[in-house]
Amino acid sequence: MVDDILAQITENLLKGETESVVTLTGQALTAGIEPLMIINQGLLPGMEIAGEKFSRGEFFLPHLLIAAKGMQEAMALLEPELSLRQETPEVLGTVVIGTVHGDIHEIGKSLVGTLLSVKGFQVHDLGVDVPGERFVEKVKETGADILGLSALLTTTMIGQREVIEALVEAGLRDRVKVLVGGAPVSQSWAEEIGADGYAEDATGAVQVAQDLLEGKS
Amino acid sequence: MRPIFKLLDDELVHKIIDEAFGLLIDPGVRVHNDEALALLTEAGAEVDLASRIARIPESIVRDALQTAPSEFFLHNSDGEPVVHYGGDRIHFDPGSAAITVLDRKTHEQRDPKTEDFVAFVKLVEMLPQLDAQSTAMICKDVPEEIGDLYRLYLALNFMRKPIVTGAFGKDTWWTMKELLVTMAGGETELAIKPIAIFDVCPSPPLLWSDITCQNLIDCARSGIPAELVSMPLAGATAPVTLAGAVVQHTAECMSGVVIGQLSQVGAAIVWGGSPAAFDMREGTTPMGAVGTWMIDCAYAQVGKALNMPTHAYLGMSDAKIVDAQSGLESSGGTILAALAGINMISGAGMMDFESCQSFEKLVIDAEIIGMAKRLVVGIVARDEPIALTLMRSMGHEADYLVNPHTLKWFQEEFYIPTGVIDRSSYDAWKSRGGKSAFDRASDRVDQLLGSYQARPLSDDLRVELRRITTKAAQGFGMEELPPIPIE
Repeated sequence: MVDDILAQITENLLKGETESVVTLTGQALTAGIEPLMIINQGLLPGMEIAGEKFSRGEFFLPHLLIAAKGMQEAMALLEPELSLRQETPEVLGTVVIGTVHGDIHEIGKSLVGTLLSVKGFQVHDLGVDVPGERFVEKVKETGADILGLSALLTTTMIGQREVIEALVEAGLRDRVKVLVGGAPVSQSWAEEIGADGYAEDATGAVQVAQDLLEGKS
Repeated sequence: MRPIFKLLDDELVHKIIDEAFGLLIDPGVRVHNDEALALLTEAGAEVDLASRIARIPESIVRDALQTAPSEFFLHNSDGEPVVHYGGDRIHFDPGSAAITVLDRKTHEQRDPKTEDFVAFVKLVEMLPQLDAQSTAMICKDVPEEIGDLYRLYLALNFMRKPIVTGAFGKDTWWTMKELLVTMAGGETELAIKPIAIFDVCPSPPLLWSDITCQNLIDCARSGIPAELVSMPLAGATAPVTLAGAVVQHTAECMSGVVIGQLSQVGAAIVWGGSPAAFDMREGTTPMGAVGTWMIDCAYAQVGKALNMPTHAYLGMSDAKIVDAQSGLESSGGTILAALAGINMISGAGMMDFESCQSFEKLVIDAEIIGMAKRLVVGIVARDEPIALTLMRSMGHEADYLVNPHTLKWFQEEFYIPTGVIDRSSYDAWKSRGGKSAFDRASDRVDQLLGSYQARPLSDDLRVELRRITTKAAQGFGMEELPPIPIE
């Protein structure tokens, strides 16, 4: 019974049946299955398979993103239960991500955020047009390991430098690795503004994030 | 007959237009510009100031479509109307605002500098297939904040053809206008014979940022044409169905026409765009995807049904080097755009989506454009009878090469490429160095740049353009502009 319901969660996650994932998660809780078990044996295996299928070219972004959405909605149900038990799911690292002030481009940043969550990072997505102080606050509040700053315009990429300066001012610069990205952003720009990492695309960003946490770069 | 490519039947065109009217009511358009919201309120749109959402009734849109001109011209430096927006006429300009240039020696992408863009402008002047310039690269040797106006300043020094440009800020637009007014010899002169058009880009879905909306208003009020560049990304920021993306495009363009006409009745506005069929593997916006081409051609058809002049970003490639992918993608987009009768087709030279400009690709693309322009002339009889008299006089002789009839028509009937396209025998090709298309293109770039004739520009004018631009640069910490090569 327990195995059956967890397998169904995995299966529905992969099928993109978000509503069923949420319903099944609720049923699992009612049946007395521990939230951590639902995560580790129902949801995460699904995300892992989705990630593998994506790397093999069998899955496309819509498959991956809808699976991640299923996971997020299930987590919303599980989080109160977890805090009741004073438990936290194991995460690879905590990420704060957003598009800098004056820039309303959403997709690149959201893709990176989703792919990071698929890999097992806890992602706090602040959205678009995010003022520098908001990034600083959130980094402080969450103790984030990584801060991802997106900018799609040559005129707004300056905002990435401003956020880094704000981190320095707040005395947080040494506590968080800064990852920058966006169409006009380059390795040389990343170096110029003193960012820790840069990637050309979303999958590259995940790799850089993992490397940064492992201290490879 | 002029061949025309249509993807939509009349019923579908009407359905798309109807649904776009519906979108403008619900959910409406979000406009982050106070002036535009005031204009919309005054015109009778239902505006919620808190959410900045304007719900625009169909009647306002229909009025705006009525007063927007169905045609207008851009002029060259001799005051000739060389670009005719309207109908099925086609013109080509390079893809604009590249953030990198393909280095001619290393073949790697790098930051563009003043000398790169100056050379590029000269090359565009020298390519007869291109009808207009564009502010094709963002030079990195000046502050980011003047990146938009600096390109225009450089181009004005070297161009005769009109230019497709755009501003990145609200204030820089005014400096760009000042440069254009100086060039044209006065504000009225510029309005009567515009030499430039500004791209203004709504953000998908159904949103106008403050800057781009203000650019649209200011263009309309100054008699400077504006080109709406709506860019639904099908499957990402727009419905994944191609027809659905066109519905979104239609609504965004309609809202742009409304804002333009409310700013100034009769303002010249172009129904344009740069949509893409989102890549579901890489998360990128491919310009070489067949889905992208189809959205472009379909929205142009909708624009024509509404009597609007048209534009599209087509003829680009997603390739990172000038290779087979670059050739096939640029050809597909260029030829379909030409067949669709899109008035301004922007994209030549552009690769790596819309990121990189290449001199070599530009001259290869010019050949594609040459072929496309020939294609749309179609097949015509030329003689009456077509061939009967001629062939009877020739009998069974195969000697058409020496017949005056051949001499009379061959240059009109055939598009004759330059040496960029190789049509020699294998041995002849070998003996000329066995060069690739890229190498032949590189030779042609050298040859064309070597024969560029400087634009006759008075010293006073040069000094004044430089003064205006330097003043803007000083606002951002640059005391002296980089030198520009003036021969």
